Parts: sequence; C-alpha cells; structure tokens
Amino acid sequence: MSDAHVNPRERQQPVSRGWWLERGSYFMFMMRELSCVFIAWFVVFLLLLVRSVSRGEAYYQHFLGRAAAPGIIVLNVVSLVFVVYHAVTFFNAAPQAIVVSAGGTRVPPAFIAVSHYAAWVVVSAVVAWLLVGG
Amino acid sequence: MKKLRLEPVLWMLFSGGGVLAAMLIPVLLLFFGVLFPLGLTPPPDYARLLHLMSNPITRLALLALCVMSLFHFAHRFRYTVVDGLKVKQLDFLITPVCYLAAIAGSAVSAYWILQIP
Repeated sequence: MSDAHVNPRERQQPVSRGWWLERGSYFMFMMRELSCVFIAWFVVFLLLLVRSVSRGEAYYQHFLGRAAAPGIIVLNVVSLVFVVYHAVTFFNAAPQAIVVSAGGTRVPPAFIAVSHYAAWVVVSAVVAWLLVGG
Repeated sequence: MKKLRLEPVLWMLFSGGGVLAAMLIPVLLLFFGVLFPLGLTPPPDYARLLHLMSNPITRLALLALCVMSLFHFAHRFRYTVVDGLKVKQLDFLITPVCYLAAIAGSAVSAYWILQIP
C-alpha cells in the first residue's frame, strides 16, 4: 500500500507490531489473548482422550502413556497456567458483560463475579468427584 | 450485509465458549494433564471412564465444551492476529481460516463423541 492511501489519522499514530512488549499491562493483555491457543490445544487433547476411550482399554492406556511424556506434561502445565489466567480474567470481566436487575435494582457487580467463582468451585468439585471420587 | 448479522452470533459464541472453557478446562487439565501423568493421583480405570463418557449428559457437556471452546478460540485468535499483531492485510485469509477450522473441529468433535460406545 502506498503512503497516498493511508488514512491521515492512522499516519499520526503509528503502532508497531511489538506494541504489547512496551509495557507490562500490554504484555499481560497479549498473554490473556494468547490463552485461546492453549484452549484449542486442550480441545485436541480431550478429543484424543475421547477417541482412545472409544477404541478400547489398550488405547486408553496408550493415551495415558503418551500424556506422561515430559514434553506433553510441560505443555499441559503451561496450558493450565494460561487457562486459569483466562478463567480469572473472564470471571472478573463478567460484571461488565452481564447486567442483571432484580426487583428494579441492579444486582451488585461484585455479586456477579463472586457467583461465577462459586460456580467454578462447584463445577470443579463435581468433575473431580466424577473422575476420582467415591 | 451478511457479516453484520453474523458478528453478534460470533461474539455470543466467544463469550459462551469463554465461560464454559473457564469452568471446565482447568479441572480437566489439572487431572488429565498433570496429576494423572505425574502419578500424583491414580487415573480412573477404563470401565469407570467409559461408563462416565457414555452418559448422554457427559456427551452433551463434552460436545458443548469442544464446539464452544473452538469458536471462542477462532474469534479471539482472529482478533489477536489481525488487530493485535497488526496483520490487517491478511484479514481476508485469517478470518475464514479461523472459523472454518472451528467448524471442521466441531464436526470431528460431534462425530467422535457420537462414536463413544
């Protein structure tokens, strides 16, 4: 694109491709956005687990063995950090996205965030119980 | 315009997928990605996991988690690359590739989840 076609406003504020490296808060913003890549990886990992369970016990054991490879463990630990960061930022932003009114008054924003965290604890506990409880 | 009508749906999938992923992925990743592989907790035996996964509610939850998470990924990745990393020139390519990947991944998810015995 030649300079003649650039919008003058854009020309006034050139933003470099590495803008998010200039400040800690920008960097954390980019890390939050990057969490989606690890969510996509988890979907792949989960589908491989589902597939292995469908195919039989030997395949399930094979999956468990592959998941225990050092590289995969490292990838999953990093993914866990990113996904937890995604969860915290998403729940903290929930009061801005969800406005609920009850009886004509607005439900306090803090309540919306706290209810998300409460649901997170309950859901995690139920999943843990289904997997290893009892 | 078609794009204008689709955009709110994509934002809904993004935020719905974001909530589902936030609620379910950390605990699943903690067990299957960290605790079981490191031997800190014994993994569920095959019969138990098969029984759990065969349940229609589990299947539905797995399908919703996969599909919504994939669209969450597609939407966020698209904006991160196009706006965040300033690759506007390739928007025409990145946007369709992201959503087509989510659609293809959803189809595979549905097929594999249906195939659980």
